[in-house]
Amino acid sequence: MTVLLFLVPLALLLGLIALVAFMWSLRSGQFDDLDGAAHRVLMDDDVEEDS
Amino acid sequence: MTADFDYHSLVTKTDSGLSRLDAAIEGMTCAACIGEIERGLRDLPGLGSARVNYTNRRLALEWRDETFDLSAAFSRLRRMGYELHPFELADSERTETETMRFLLRCLAIAGFAAMNIMLLSVGVWVGGDIDPETRDLFHGVSALIALPAAAFAGQPFFRSAFAALRAGRLNMDVPISLGVMLALIMSVYETVTHAEHAYFDSATMLLTFLLLGRFLDHAMRRKTRAVAANLAALRAPLASRVMDDGGETRVPVAQIKPGDLVLSRPGERLPVDGVIVSGAALLDDSLITGETARRPAQIGDSVYAGSLNFDGVLTIRVGAANGATLLDDIEKLLDKAANARSRYIRLADRVSRLYAPMVHLAALSTALFWIVRGASFHDALIAAICVLIITCPCALALAVPAVQVVASGALFRAGVLLNSADAIERLAEADTIVFDKTGTLTAPAPRVVNADSISPETLALAAQLAQASRHPLARAVAALSPEAAAIDAREQQGLGVSAMVDGIEARLGSTVFCEMTRQVEALGVLEPDVSLVAFRHGDRQALFQIRQILRSDALETINALKALGFAIEILSGDRPEAVEKIAVALGIADWRGGLSPSEKVARLDALREADRKTLMIGDGLNDAPALASAYVSISPIDAAHIAQAAADAVFLGERLQPIAVTINLARCARALMRQNLGLSVIYNIFAVPLAMAGWLTPLIAAAAMSGSSLLVTLNALRAGDGSLQKTMSSGKTYAFQPEPAE
Repeated sequence: MTVLLFLVPLALLLGLIALVAFMWSLRSGQFDDLDGAAHRVLMDDDVEEDS
Repeated sequence: MTADFDYHSLVTKTDSGLSRLDAAIEGMTCAACIGEIERGLRDLPGLGSARVNYTNRRLALEWRDETFDLSAAFSRLRRMGYELHPFELADSERTETETMRFLLRCLAIAGFAAMNIMLLSVGVWVGGDIDPETRDLFHGVSALIALPAAAFAGQPFFRSAFAALRAGRLNMDVPISLGVMLALIMSVYETVTHAEHAYFDSATMLLTFLLLGRFLDHAMRRKTRAVAANLAALRAPLASRVMDDGGETRVPVAQIKPGDLVLSRPGERLPVDGVIVSGAALLDDSLITGETARRPAQIGDSVYAGSLNFDGVLTIRVGAANGATLLDDIEKLLDKAANARSRYIRLADRVSRLYAPMVHLAALSTALFWIVRGASFHDALIAAICVLIITCPCALALAVPAVQVVASGALFRAGVLLNSADAIERLAEADTIVFDKTGTLTAPAPRVVNADSISPETLALAAQLAQASRHPLARAVAALSPEAAAIDAREQQGLGVSAMVDGIEARLGSTVFCEMTRQVEALGVLEPDVSLVAFRHGDRQALFQIRQILRSDALETINALKALGFAIEILSGDRPEAVEKIAVALGIADWRGGLSPSEKVARLDALREADRKTLMIGDGLNDAPALASAYVSISPIDAAHIAQAAADAVFLGERLQPIAVTINLARCARALMRQNLGLSVIYNIFAVPLAMAGWLTPLIAAAAMSGSSLLVTLNALRAGDGSLQKTMSSGKTYAFQPEPAE
């Protein structure tokens, strides 16, 4: 069962990465405007306008 | 705008040294506006960032240096069709945001811990012939995750429980904290002694579910509060402050200090309380006293914020109240009423007051029972802790908040904003409704009542002329055709507006101004509350009769409320004759007119003595004490600021129908709360004997807890379901009836 010594920490590490990612997104204000975020993804703000 | 707006008082500094301004956006209709606004502002020199929050309909502007011109941003947005209303973030809202982030952080940690411990626990449960060393390893790892996670994520509960205990009370959080802590301590002991079961999973799951309920509750309330704050900013209490050098700046009312001089122009609501130092005007005090007749005000008279200035330019010295004014009376009454209000005990608290001692008693008696039966101290303790875990009011703590979240969400969509958390419960219990008249039963702005008898072309031209004036009566004429383009007209102070149309002068204004006194005499005697506006264009002429009318669905709503079994009364500060007419039109037998604020409160007290639970609906400054002392209260959104603050809920729009919707929803929500509490009790009846008998395994505990939480949450979702409301309401529809005949 030595595989557990490897797999359990790995599982925890993956979970921890997700937790850290969530904390970061919370801190950077990504949860402040949930309705807006749903629409922003559809905006063409990366398209260069012809001048 | 004649004067510059002084924005700089509202600019705050961020942590990173940027200047920041928050503003509510008016005119934002769809998500495409986000891009339009942000792109539109992007190339302004000096601007750091402009970010729209679509949920709150707000814009946050950040900039670093002085090159940035704030007014340029404002004028650019105005050209694009958006109006910005800057405001100061209230402290209450800021702490609310902080609390919500903290709860979300706790929830994330508890969720992470619960999921990972569950991963290990499932291995122990279904592993079957798992060898003891591996099991101990799993328990050890679980302990390493659970202990720090619970220490952090349990804070909201531990703090509240500690505060309650210190005050010598028991609340729902005491058994929760005790259960979680005991479960963890025992699990650590079991792990150290190589026992078969540990309860880390139950403890962290419990925290996760409870935090979820608490987070949702906060999120909903925060959204409601943000919208209310926006509306307050939109109604924009801006005041024109007279500077020492005689100049004038527009500033938010919050920045006005006692002693300042403030200017008020015709058609504006007075932004402040104070004393007139120059000028004279007719004031419409209906928002203050309910009185519909206009009051002439002169130098030396006290005036109140919310009065409508009809026809004069006033300079007001702020806050020079001398201790004997209406406002002081109202504040004294308000203080008294607020003390009376806090006596209400919420349903969940009433239940937990009964429940918490019972839980502790059950756990204690279980331990004693097993010790008496000769079991070891260890086994007895395990059984007792099982009882605590299983009875931990997981479902109970979710039962009420879950319904509240769904119901306040449904109310929000129906245009009702809740001010206080327990308003839903009190609304559901109300059996008597007391209405104020002016501004509550009647529409907030006066209307033209004889538009049918005037030809459409005349109407259209008059409306166009009226667009040019800010006079309240002109606004009523303009409202007849709101889309009409304004024509370039000249306003003569106190007389009316005139413009050249097709080579002939068109005039709109007083009857004298339009030379129509003869036609007025022909009309005969009019009701005292009717105001006339005359219109003349060559030989086309018209007389607009303008008066306060009932809200469009007043009769319909009153009938619906009567059908629901409510006793209905009118308490008004207006003249008895005016009140009687409205009462007769609506078929309300119980009415009183000419009441002072304290007489209104006295009537409400009398109703309380008679064991009636009164819902007060009012809008005026004079209603504020009554709103605060009633069992529960609602205000329309155009109400005086102080009245809105005293009310439990605020409804939007011109129609009264949200009141009926609110009551139906509240009753429906209350029924669901009771159902949920019942479900929790049933769950306990099944689970507690299992725990007392010592048959409870962690698997059953976890399953039962999640199951019951899920059940009450699903049941709560029905509060937003339209079909249930329909069966709860009378189900009848009332034909729409026009306003009462003259």
